[in-house]
Amino acid sequence: MTPTAIISIVTFLPLAGGIILLALPRGAENAVRRWALFVTVLEFFAAAHIAFMPGHHFSMSGWAMEENYAWISTPAIRYHVVLDGISLWLVILTAFLTPLCVLISWRSVHDRVKEFFFLLLVLETALTGVFVAFDLFLFYFFWEATLIPMALLIGMYGHGRRIYASVKFFLYTAVASVFMLVAILWLYAHTGSFDFTVIQPWLRSHPEVAAGNAGLWLFLGFFIAFAVKVPIFPLHTWLPDAHVEAPTAGSVLLAGVLLKMGTYGLLRFCVGLFPEAARAQAGWINVLAIIGIIYGALVAMVQPSLKKLVAYSSVSHLGFVVLGIFTFTAAGTAGAVYQMLNHGVSTGALFILVGMLYERRHTFEISEFGGLASRMPVYAAFFVFITLSSIGLPLLNGFVGEFLVLSGAFRDRAIYGILGASGVIWSACYMLWMVQRVFYGENRNPANALLPDASAREKLTLWPLSAMALIMGVAPMIWLSSINPPVEQILKNVAPASHMAYVAGGQK
Amino acid sequence: MPGFHRGDYLLALPMMLLTLFALGVLLIDLLLDRSSKVINAWAAFAGLAFSAAAVHNIQRAFADQAARGEPSSPFFAFSGTLMVDRFAVFFFYLFLAAAAITILMSVRYLEVEDEHHGEYYALILFSVVGMMCMAAGNDLILLFIGLELMAVSTYILVGFLRRDRRSNEAALKYLLLGAFSSGIFAYGLSLLYGLAGSTNLQQISMALGNAMAPGKARVVPAVALVTTAAGLFFKIAAVPFHQWAPDAYEGAPTSITGFMSVAGKASAWALLLRIFLFALGPMRPLYVPILVFVAIATMTGGNLAALTQSNVKRLFAYSSIAHVGYIMLGLIAGTAFLPNPDGIRGILVYLLVYTFMNLGVFGVIASLRRRDIIGDELDDLNGLFFKAPTEAVLMLTFLLSLAGIPPLAGFYGKYFIFLALIESGHYALATLAVIYVAVSAYYYLRVANAMFMRTAGDRVPVTISPGMWAGLAITGAATVVIGIYPEPFLRMVNWSMHVAQNPTVAQLLR
Repeated sequence: MTPTAIISIVTFLPLAGGIILLALPRGAENAVRRWALFVTVLEFFAAAHIAFMPGHHFSMSGWAMEENYAWISTPAIRYHVVLDGISLWLVILTAFLTPLCVLISWRSVHDRVKEFFFLLLVLETALTGVFVAFDLFLFYFFWEATLIPMALLIGMYGHGRRIYASVKFFLYTAVASVFMLVAILWLYAHTGSFDFTVIQPWLRSHPEVAAGNAGLWLFLGFFIAFAVKVPIFPLHTWLPDAHVEAPTAGSVLLAGVLLKMGTYGLLRFCVGLFPEAARAQAGWINVLAIIGIIYGALVAMVQPSLKKLVAYSSVSHLGFVVLGIFTFTAAGTAGAVYQMLNHGVSTGALFILVGMLYERRHTFEISEFGGLASRMPVYAAFFVFITLSSIGLPLLNGFVGEFLVLSGAFRDRAIYGILGASGVIWSACYMLWMVQRVFYGENRNPANALLPDASAREKLTLWPLSAMALIMGVAPMIWLSSINPPVEQILKNVAPASHMAYVAGGQK
Repeated sequence: MPGFHRGDYLLALPMMLLTLFALGVLLIDLLLDRSSKVINAWAAFAGLAFSAAAVHNIQRAFADQAARGEPSSPFFAFSGTLMVDRFAVFFFYLFLAAAAITILMSVRYLEVEDEHHGEYYALILFSVVGMMCMAAGNDLILLFIGLELMAVSTYILVGFLRRDRRSNEAALKYLLLGAFSSGIFAYGLSLLYGLAGSTNLQQISMALGNAMAPGKARVVPAVALVTTAAGLFFKIAAVPFHQWAPDAYEGAPTSITGFMSVAGKASAWALLLRIFLFALGPMRPLYVPILVFVAIATMTGGNLAALTQSNVKRLFAYSSIAHVGYIMLGLIAGTAFLPNPDGIRGILVYLLVYTFMNLGVFGVIASLRRRDIIGDELDDLNGLFFKAPTEAVLMLTFLLSLAGIPPLAGFYGKYFIFLALIESGHYALATLAVIYVAVSAYYYLRVANAMFMRTAGDRVPVTISPGMWAGLAITGAATVVIGIYPEPFLRMVNWSMHVAQNPTVAQLLR
């Protein structure tokens, strides 16, 4: 194995596994489940071991690994995939969450099992592809490719209004991404290449384009595609529908990874390609991000449904990520990347926990529950732990990301920091209030009296997530040491010197 | 002019072979009893194969030209009436492929409809002959004869289900409106003849070049342009000349709907390109504004009307109208005097990929026709995935390709056309077009939703004949393969764009 082929292997391993899965006989459902688990676990180890491969220095600047082949000559499309410190961890996050999705779908998906796991594996390949693609065409290809399996997962395996939610999800994203397509075509028409590593220097050497009107429109073309995906207020309305109707595994990947496609795109393409436009537009984008933080939190607080509450909390948490990116500070942007990973772990875990409750009671209504802590102590312990990680308790993962983002926000403009920080308080309010109503107090509903506690399989799902939340909280430098160099590289075109002075973790 | 040469007949051989086989089918049909009508299909298939061999022979002559290092020049026959260039060869192959796939998909459908007659196959072959004349005509007379041969064959095919009232109604409407538009078209051609004193496209182009010189009155050229264009817009079903399409598409036998929507459309486009690029080339500053108006109206009308259809064939009729709007953008792209090469390339790529994906769609719909079930309402597709998963997945592939989602074939047609628009600075049109592409995703999704997310309304199994399997396999494979590895197909399109005889066209199509 050549050291660079690993990116392609990690990208296409799930797809290959999925195709083999299709060949398994119909009816052999346990074999299908085991095979899917095997492939996704293998994928996780393949992805995770990249971080420890000798000879590649993710803690240095530059692209740590790349593969670059000609694919189509007219138009000049290349198969160019790159891993750096940002994409590496997002790929690993995807590979980390997918096996857990397989585990939680073990029982809850009982019809059309083969198709379900096939779609899940296809989705994993598409998601991985989005994070590694450096050819804009390839990126667009993977970007659109995530839509189809996700829409089918929601539409075929979701709850009551699944068709509505699936169509809404598909249309929002498809409409928004055509603007990105126009921007990509414009860049191709002027540079003759789709390659990020060609386009970026071209834009640097043509400041009249990058800083002019064209740059602004191109920035907006990319921005709208990513803003819908994140989602940035007021483009978020597809998210609660999609989350509530999606099967648990769909919600986990949607919140855990799909939303990160948007923030990753904002950082890599919007800021990476058009720093001048990004700088000029940062004001209102930060205002929208802060509105998202506060609005998401307030709406989450009044939700009667557990899953909707978690869905709106995503809107709030993703606001932090956007705020972090558009402060253009080393701390804020590194914190934003870290917060992407945190949110994947914490919110992914919350959706898994909510899904487990749904498997038992077939409802998401908070009012249906109460006093569960005495019936399901292990489950409740996991839930509270993850809740604390989500609201940013020090020593757990959420704290590190939010702290970095807010310190960056203060450095950029104090008012951003002040308003953003209020979001931390809001999140504590709605999460803890929800925990109180679900797990403590008196159980008045007889249907809850006989609920079984977490099973071995469920514990197996929850342990890695909880462990990760703790490790990411106490040893963030494992991640930040390789996140910082690419972040600095992106910021050096956009940030004033004062913003670079503070580097997360004290390293320079 | 002297008499005809042997070479003339070699160039016309593809058409002559098709005619012979069509007549042969009509004859052997008399000897066949009801149970062995499938032999007609085989005979027609053989005709297409022989014709393709004859086209290949012409293609080899171009290869020889290139091997001798000569610039590519077209072959003329019958005193310059027939002009076979690479452009024509490309369309010949396209028509033959579309007809072959249609025949594969027709056999069982006709049996179910109980209308399995030899005339059906003969008419398909005749219409291909007409299409070839449209693609290779260098003379208004031949172009018009080709157009009418194609149209008359199609009128009959649309009404081929004699006992079905919808089919009869569709055929009559199509015939009346078609005759009307042919009249307008012929009127435009007569004006062109009056202006140029010749029916030869090159002569017309030169005469129009003079007529368009500054300071001259342009009334007659403008009237000629408008009437010719109106006739052509009718044939490609562009808004506001599209009214016949939904009715004809809905009423026609499903296999013919597919054939009309791809081969009929491609031939009308070949004719339109011949006339607009070759004869009317000097009038580009006049016709581009008309095209902009018609393209916007077509994209708007097609996409918005498709949103609310409940009949699948009507839905795809409107969808195909919308696609005409996108294709037209390829001709708009460019400067005031010259079209953008990427735009023309985009039109050819679009017609190529559209042939496969749309034929695939109508193949799947045709296979839903079972005894006592018409199968062309959207609700008939409900739960198809659970009854016939392979077909549903194929249909999904075609739908996504039509919606222009990469990496499927349909993406590349849109890609080149939008690229050409952006290259020539038509940002507003490009943006409008991509917004309509997103709108179209909605009605394609409705079909996908019905197949994957709803439960079936009937339990009648969907059986698929070997011919249908072959047809679906070819169209499905083409849709996926062109999407993932378009290189050879793009090379073919680039090859076909070497049409260097008309100076204005030569300039732009290098």
